Amino acid sequence: MQIVGVMKSETINKLKISANAAKYDVSCASSGSNRANKGKGIGNASPWGICHSFTEDGRCVSLMKLMLTNYCIYDCAYCANRKSNDIQRTTFAVKEVVDLTIEFYRRNYIEGLFLSSGVINNPDYTMERMVRVARDLRVNHNYNGYIHLKSIPGASDDLQQKAGLYADRLSVNIEIASEPNLKMLAPDKNFSSILEPMDTIKTKIIENKEERRKFKHAKSFSPSGQSTQLIVGATPDTDQSILTLAGSLYRNKYLKRVYYSGFIPVNSYDKRLPTLTEPPLKRENRLYQTDWLFRFYNYRIDEIVNEDHPNLDLEIDPKLSYALRNPWLYPIDINKASYELILRVPGIGVLSAKKIVLARRYGKLGLINLKKIGVVLKRAKYFITCNELKSPTINELLPQNVRQIILSEKQAKRKLKTNNTQLSLFTTT
Amino acid sequence: MNILIYDNTFEGLLTAVHDALDLNLIPSKILRRNSFQDDLFATKYEIDADLDKFESLWDELKKKTNEKNCQRIFKAFLSESIDVEMIIYDYIKLILESDYNIETNFSDDSVVKINNLQKKVGRETQRVLMFVRFQKTVDDIYYASFDPKYNVIPLTLNHFRNRFADQKWVIFDTRRKYGYYYDLESVQQITIGNKKVSMESGKVNSESLHVSEKLFQKLWKGYYDAINISERKNIKVHMQFLPKRFWKFLPEKDFKNSLTKA
Ligand code: SF4
Repeated sequence: MQIVGVMKSETINKLKISANAAKYDVSCASSGSNRANKGKGIGNASPWGICHSFTEDGRCVSLMKLMLTNYCIYDCAYCANRKSNDIQRTTFAVKEVVDLTIEFYRRNYIEGLFLSSGVINNPDYTMERMVRVARDLRVNHNYNGYIHLKSIPGASDDLQQKAGLYADRLSVNIEIASEPNLKMLAPDKNFSSILEPMDTIKTKIIENKEERRKFKHAKSFSPSGQSTQLIVGATPDTDQSILTLAGSLYRNKYLKRVYYSGFIPVNSYDKRLPTLTEPPLKRENRLYQTDWLFRFYNYRIDEIVNEDHPNLDLEIDPKLSYALRNPWLYPIDINKASYELILRVPGIGVLSAKKIVLARRYGKLGLINLKKIGVVLKRAKYFITCNELKSPTINELLPQNVRQIILSEKQAKRKLKTNNTQLSLFTTT
Repeated sequence: MNILIYDNTFEGLLTAVHDALDLNLIPSKILRRNSFQDDLFATKYEIDADLDKFESLWDELKKKTNEKNCQRIFKAFLSESIDVEMIIYDYIKLILESDYNIETNFSDDSVVKINNLQKKVGRETQRVLMFVRFQKTVDDIYYASFDPKYNVIPLTLNHFRNRFADQKWVIFDTRRKYGYYYDLESVQQITIGNKKVSMESGKVNSESLHVSEKLFQKLWKGYYDAINISERKNIKVHMQFLPKRFWKFLPEKDFKNSLTKA
């Protein structure tokens, strides 16, 4: 009853404005934390995140993404909430966000809360209010679901520390991959104001791990690590510079995730920004694939993008592209090669590679076995030898021909699909 | 031709497999009692669950492989697939007759079949965790209907009990007409006799809904629409991840319906 009183129709408007303002932050992961539900409270964080819905853009809805306020004293060119935009603005009370989180959580709509904010008054003031939401959830409501806080650059160390005690993950968004371009588009920001909080968070995470090894009951600090986001296509930065930065963030700042966000021209009037007919979604996808190769397939970034190839091939995926550029590594013998080499075969994923290594102990593997295991033979066959395989490999066919064959197969498949949908339009009345 | 007929339970099925192996009887079919139609030319064996036999076989399987692999067999059973009994029989036979653990022999037919079934069941289980939507009732019970393809609600109970330990909840399988109720202490199996819930739409009728319920459904729908980026519209991926069969229980997809029909 009480809740209904507080949550008036005004709340729904605020919620819409805030969600609309927060939606460009692509991070939605709720994984990597393992917070148990202590003493019959609400919720827990499962180590594998759960998506609870999908929007029409195909994105997973796992956390409720909100901006505590979309007022902002800054004027970043790529941002819909920049000071100079004449848009609807709103500010939530701490209690409103807390109640929404709990009520949505209890209905199994969400895994938790992703809270960011425009900067009001000053960074500390803003960050302090965000921390209050997290604290209220954890301390007063015994809430153990997921919380992701987006740190405000420039906020004090003390507040970063508090944020990490209540949050499962912290993030500081870099957005633009090179400092001169960042300064051009976001005059109030620079690399050090972003990298410093990252360093603070990193140090605390490491200290905390040490502490928790010694004292089992020590509180955890941002147990699911930290992440950042890079906008793609708002500046002329190459894939090489984006991925090199990402690689160094993974290595030096121990980031858990780097997110890539295809630029959506929200402020088309700003002449510093490029005019795009549509967001560079294919490019974004290729960046994620490369990120994946780096984190799970043991590729180095410079094996994929380098001075000779500063940008990813949009037509084919980066793993295939790498294979075509390095034909001398192939064919790889499925029955003998190491796990690491098998991972480099296009058409074989992590799971299939593991299965191959396990299954080949029972006997030599042939094509049928590989198919059962789940290998995409259409792709892999140019890059492997197995027990009975006789078909020509990349070395007989030459890389450029393999590329042509694969591309035309893809095209044929797409054509078939459109024909089928057209057909079904007529038959399913 | 030997037909084994068991009592529809997992324990019953394993008892049947136990007997078949014990008597060296090669079954041509293993059928649930409720799906059995008489066959004049077959030799029929009616088998009821015998917990001693079940446990002795179960323990032996655990010894020859491991707990996780035994869970695979159970999960495969929940698929209710028409040939699941023979697949399980073959798999158990393979385990018992091999000198080594065959679990990871991913090119063996039996292993592939069990794994495919348990993978499907696992995926459907995950979908329950994702798409269950609770409706709060006047008695402060959080009620959810679900219509799972396979009989997977039992596999989700631990998750929901851990997560929602401080609220009463019900998860009801509208296809199999049974569900579970958590009363803050333990989880019990239930059936629903009254008309407070529609079996088709899965919705609690409006007199039984908590006063705040419709507001939160509306808020959630409002949030869901606002978070979408129209410039990135991708209906194909959307439909792939959120197949239509789940929509009827999701307030964000079926909001009008939930307001008018309730
Ligand atoms: S500081 Fe953040 S909210 Fe403010 S204009 Fe820049 S990107 Fe937008």
